[in-house]
Amino acid sequence: MVPTQEPSTTEAPPRAVSPQEWDLVQQLRMGDEAAFRRLAERYHASMVRLAAAHTPSRAIAEEVVQEAWIGILKALDGFEGRSSLRAWMFRIVANTAKLRGTREARSSPFSALEEEGGPSVSADSFRPENDPRWAGHWAWSSAPTPWPDDQLSAQQTKAYVMELLRRLPPRQREVMTLRDIEGCSAAEVCEALGVTDDNQRVLLHRARSKVRAGLVELFSARRASA
Amino acid sequence: MSTFRPTDLRCKEAVEIITDYLEGKLSFEDRTRFEQHLVNCPGCVEYLRQIRQTIGAVGRLTEEQIPAVVKEELIDAFRHWRTGHIK
Repeated sequence: MVPTQEPSTTEAPPRAVSPQEWDLVQQLRMGDEAAFRRLAERYHASMVRLAAAHTPSRAIAEEVVQEAWIGILKALDGFEGRSSLRAWMFRIVANTAKLRGTREARSSPFSALEEEGGPSVSADSFRPENDPRWAGHWAWSSAPTPWPDDQLSAQQTKAYVMELLRRLPPRQREVMTLRDIEGCSAAEVCEALGVTDDNQRVLLHRARSKVRAGLVELFSARRASA
Repeated sequence: MSTFRPTDLRCKEAVEIITDYLEGKLSFEDRTRFEQHLVNCPGCVEYLRQIRQTIGAVGRLTEEQIPAVVKEELIDAFRHWRTGHIK
């Protein structure tokens, strides 16, 4: 028997987009305000966090995101679903933020730092190269010890983690924001930021290593002052 | 007999491949070396745990909400777009 093709009333969603997301896109295109409200509630704060990687202040990040929303609405008809909706939206945010960052002509020490590829853990945490047996292994005093669970979830720690994130070079901050806060996949981050898979992994590695090192400092300072 | 030799993978190197490990990007051989290292190295087990805790701590920075006034502005923009005032 020859299968006959069912006439479809709605276009099938492209592979990178879930059926729900595709429905949402259709609703937005039809001007459904409730759908837009949901989208804004879901993504606005995430977009501001992402834009903040390139802007000197929170207020400018907010402005960038408002500009990006307009860009998203204008481009919505052209969204083909080759990436997830959020990856596509984040790409517009990141590009708008970069452009704005350039316009602000902020003299930034970041470009040099950006390429910085220091070790994830400072070299003096390990036994020296001339150690006959354990060269390159943890030095006794520097081997990681458990962090206090109660402090990890403390409000103060949260503010500190926020500050550590802020201090990261922009590209590391973008990747960490999308991967570890927003929960994007590696592929979505590559799409949103226009970086290769290897590149996003290197940036993620540096970011996580630095934030972890910052937490080590915090907890050892607290231990010392306790 | 233990097959572990301290020269197999050093802690200094283990901390550099931890993201590749978590991302599932290590070759089978390298993953085996890494996991073998963990069996013998409590320091690196703790390091891995701290990296996971770091990811968790960063992941908790989510509770901001969109300010009501901003939301209203966006919805206004949406209405303008819908009625064709934004091209």
